[in-house]
Amino acid sequence: MNQERIVIERPIVVLDKVHKSFGSLKVLDGVSFTVERGDVLVLIGRSGSGKSTALRCIDRFEKIDSGEIRVCDHRVDAADVDLRALRQDVGIVFQSYNLFPHLTIEQNITLAPVSVKGMKKPAARELAKAMLAKVGLSEKLDAYPEQLSGGQQQRAAIARSLAMQPKVMLFDEVTSALDPELTGEVLKVIERLAADGMTMVMVTHEMGFARGIADQVVFMHAGRVHEAGSASILSGPATPELAQFVGTGL
Amino acid sequence: MGGTLNANHLLFLGQGALWTIGLSAIALIGGGLVGFLIALARVSPRKAVRLLSGAYVQLVQGTPLLVIMFLGYFGLSALGLRITPLWAAGASLTIYVGAYFGEIWRGCIQAVPRPQWEAAEGLGLSRTQRMLKVILPQAMRIATPPTVGFMVQIIKNTSLASVVGFVELARSGQIINNSLFEPFLIYAIIALIYFALCFPISLLSRRLERRMGVGRAKLMPA
Repeated sequence: MNQERIVIERPIVVLDKVHKSFGSLKVLDGVSFTVERGDVLVLIGRSGSGKSTALRCIDRFEKIDSGEIRVCDHRVDAADVDLRALRQDVGIVFQSYNLFPHLTIEQNITLAPVSVKGMKKPAARELAKAMLAKVGLSEKLDAYPEQLSGGQQQRAAIARSLAMQPKVMLFDEVTSALDPELTGEVLKVIERLAADGMTMVMVTHEMGFARGIADQVVFMHAGRVHEAGSASILSGPATPELAQFVGTGL
Repeated sequence: MGGTLNANHLLFLGQGALWTIGLSAIALIGGGLVGFLIALARVSPRKAVRLLSGAYVQLVQGTPLLVIMFLGYFGLSALGLRITPLWAAGASLTIYVGAYFGEIWRGCIQAVPRPQWEAAEGLGLSRTQRMLKVILPQAMRIATPPTVGFMVQIIKNTSLASVVGFVELARSGQIINNSLFEPFLIYAIIALIYFALCFPISLLSRRLERRMGVGRAKLMPA
């Protein structure tokens, strides 16, 4: 008899009734959402709505007070979560790039594969080249971060994250420090990643971009998921808050 | 006794100056090692380690070096330990310089922007790897000007070793003055030698500060 194996594809990221306060300030008030493999979830909302905190909780840069967060096989909210294993599965890119200024772009990219995964230097160098080619920066291998424009630095930071071959990428307002032209080149890289099937969670203020790339849009308001759905909610919001938000954003 | 300043006197002063340099080197190396450990302890994730190292720094910074010297020399010999002036002076300076370097370098480690820690953390680097490969190399760049600047303080402070009978530059000047009784001339010469030792270092420190200042401005993304 043939045993039929049913493979249930589990979501990559699950947030379930997540609560988080900074002192007396409630930042996350029961936030839940799920991200399936290969999906792009875009978090939008006003400053202070909790979207960046929600993102940072996924990589456990913030500890939550209650609720549950699962990423791949990691129970992120557990006290004994293996942070190094979690962070190998999760890549994060920040608004301020945060490249290491004392290292070349190549060294920035090879540092983690070599010291965390024990990759050999020549292999890591090839990997760095491949990742830089992906973000269109092949010629900047030996440059130092300060010699790059903001957009190039941000693309290099994306390459650095990708080199760890994460299962999910987090983007925290990665274009907020860039002018429109440089924003475009970074967004193009992210679009290509999405097309390649990378699972992503991103906080962004680029509504046009969100509309084009998002499989799921989560609008946060006062620490809660106020409205969620496909990208179409941006054109036809159900709540006055989202209507007002996209109205001012256009 | 008496007489005038001659070549032998100058030779004696020269010897004293060499001991000043030697003692400074001991203080720099010993204090550097202690200071490095203290700086790391001051930013330790363990609270007890932070408190203990903080107490060390407060205690030493609140005690005059002169008193540390006396304690090192007379205190330890009162306990029955035979200790030479060189050891007493070297150990006292190590304790003293270690506290100051520890505090200077703690500040430099903490001056590395917080997001650098997060970026390294996000890549899965362990705490030790983050410290060694990301934070310390950047902290060292920040630390160079104040460290070189503090070396001037070390050189001048070695003069206090004369109180435990260590014959360095200041003490050798005193000895010559006791026989010649030409205080103005002799202390002027000594001041000049100290200046000749310290001035190039001050100059270097200022130049480093200017260069690093420009470098750091460029290091910071918007």
